[in-house]
Amino acid sequence: MSPLLKSILSEQFGYAIFRVMTPLLLPTIGVAISGLSGAVNIALEGTMLLSAFVGVIVSAFTQSLLLALLAGMAAGMAMAALLGYFHLKLKADIILAAIAMNWLASGTTIFLMFLITGDKGSTHSLKSLVFPALNIPLIHGIPVLGPILSGHNVLTYGAFLAVFLFWLITFKTPLGLRIRAVGQNLDAAASVGINVNRTRMWALLLSGFFGSLGGLYLAMGYVSWFGRDMVAGRGWIAVAAASLGNNLPLGTLLSSILFGVVNTLAIYLASVQLPSEFIQAIPYLTTTVALAIYSAQALRKRRRKIREPQAGGAP
Amino acid sequence: MEKFVLKYFTLIRTLIAVAIGLVISVSLIYLVSKDPGYSLQSFLLGPFLSRSRFFNLIETASPVIFCGLAIAVAFQARQFNVGAEGCLYLGAAVGTAFAVSTRMPAFLHIPLVLLVATGVGAIWGSIPGILKARWNASELVASLMLNYVAYFLGLYLINFHFRDKQAGYLVSYQLPQSAWLAQFIPDTRMHWGILLSFVCAVLVWMFLYHTTTGYEIRMTGFNERFARFGGINVVRIIVACQLIMGLLAGLGGMAEVMGIHRRFLWQSTPGWGWDGVVVAIIGRNHPLLIIAASFFLAYLRVGGQVLNLMSDVPSEMVTVIQWIIILLITAEAFLSRWRFRIMVRQAERLEEAR
Repeated sequence: MSPLLKSILSEQFGYAIFRVMTPLLLPTIGVAISGLSGAVNIALEGTMLLSAFVGVIVSAFTQSLLLALLAGMAAGMAMAALLGYFHLKLKADIILAAIAMNWLASGTTIFLMFLITGDKGSTHSLKSLVFPALNIPLIHGIPVLGPILSGHNVLTYGAFLAVFLFWLITFKTPLGLRIRAVGQNLDAAASVGINVNRTRMWALLLSGFFGSLGGLYLAMGYVSWFGRDMVAGRGWIAVAAASLGNNLPLGTLLSSILFGVVNTLAIYLASVQLPSEFIQAIPYLTTTVALAIYSAQALRKRRRKIREPQAGGAP
Repeated sequence: MEKFVLKYFTLIRTLIAVAIGLVISVSLIYLVSKDPGYSLQSFLLGPFLSRSRFFNLIETASPVIFCGLAIAVAFQARQFNVGAEGCLYLGAAVGTAFAVSTRMPAFLHIPLVLLVATGVGAIWGSIPGILKARWNASELVASLMLNYVAYFLGLYLINFHFRDKQAGYLVSYQLPQSAWLAQFIPDTRMHWGILLSFVCAVLVWMFLYHTTTGYEIRMTGFNERFARFGGINVVRIIVACQLIMGLLAGLGGMAEVMGIHRRFLWQSTPGWGWDGVVVAIIGRNHPLLIIAASFFLAYLRVGGQVLNLMSDVPSEMVTVIQWIIILLITAEAFLSRWRFRIMVRQAERLEEAR
């Protein structure tokens, strides 16, 4: 067996998939829940960046994980609220506003990082905290499965809980019903007395909440520092992953697993004699291809739907 | 006065957004700097205080103009292709590779190198367009992902095959002299590529406002369904506008390499593709206004560099300011109540006059 295949079939590889997919799954849920309301939040790249930065700074200065968690979540939701204000209240195009917010987050974090640490690259000089890893009592002892499933960061388990939470909110709460109603038919929803803007604002806030957890994990779990533009396109991959998953809980989980596996593979391929540039390009290239394939299928499905009644003929 | 406001409302709104941006930057400097007076002076007057900095401002504007035009052509058709960054990078990388590995007289070499770069840019730019036109895939996400792919491909090409190992740092071989765009003012880096960007602005303006395809692009952006029922081949337009986007971006990147550095030396993407988005929005996708917007952005940029150099304020402040301005400009309802009040007042006055 070749060494590459051996390392891919190892327990570490399975473990790494969970590690890598966490900062994809959380923002994907964020994009999906806002997508259900019809106002897609594509500012998660910046949301994650801001939350990661705020989390690192707060944890470094207060040495409190709880405060860092709360501050990070607040930052993410504040950013979503700002996007909501500009889109819903000031009628800005949500795509352009979100692009602007992403860059705003990038510039602001570097600006503040320089003021606080005197460094524009990363916060290595700060003693920031990381969220603890959890060993799950029973599963931990099982061979093969134990090392893969146990010992992950709290937020990794949080990400899977978040999928459940997403399902719960979407299908079991009045808010979820309103979000889906607004997303499916805005006028119909408004005609039965649903406040469209308020519902979308809630959806955006929730997306900021899930996105902020992804950012926090990135800087306080995946690694233990904040680096400039460290989100590196994950917020955008999440946009593709959410549409791939039809904005639904199970779908977002599956598409995140897909991207998690591909990204982990890319990391493991680094041991092969291939220029690292090719390997680094793989996740982005796969996302493009997956997006194209998904869109093609969605289009075909829609066309079939339009054609069917015609084939049946008039009654 | 009120009539004037109504007539030029969008322009005034843009200027107010820009003014708010400047006010915020002044406040930021006062908040952050230990010597705010001096920092402020470096930021606002810095670009004009020396000859070299003034010409530096013009040089800085040139690639931004190219990318602004590129983005504007796509945005005019409401195609959110933000791939100018990738087209510029890959176009310039392949163009450099071609220039370095061929030898011919200048009158052939310069156009051929530019042709290769624009060709690569056009192909790369049209990929999201084709995906959108054929399968309705989001051109925004596709172009963003392809930006990363273009970056890694370009980096691979330069670092593995055309790297000048004698240079001491990661750059390509120097371009042969026959592929240089001449610099025409002594002691500055003013090169023909800068004039080319102005020419392109005029050409794009003529294309968008005085040709059939340009009209079709604007119609598609105005109302895609209407355009389709009006007999416009929307699929063709969607691909065409993004192809032209890539073409212009590739041209801008290559002109920069041939006119200023004469080597490919970007180990990270230079960011002009995003500046292009900024100036396209400030200039409301109008080629001639984009020139003005590019100079404004270049002014902020050079001011930011001076600020970074002379004081304790990091240049990222400019990034923050420029995107705050964009946020305000895209907010359609920003100041709309003011305009509404003026309209009501005018109407009342008309009523009284009768």
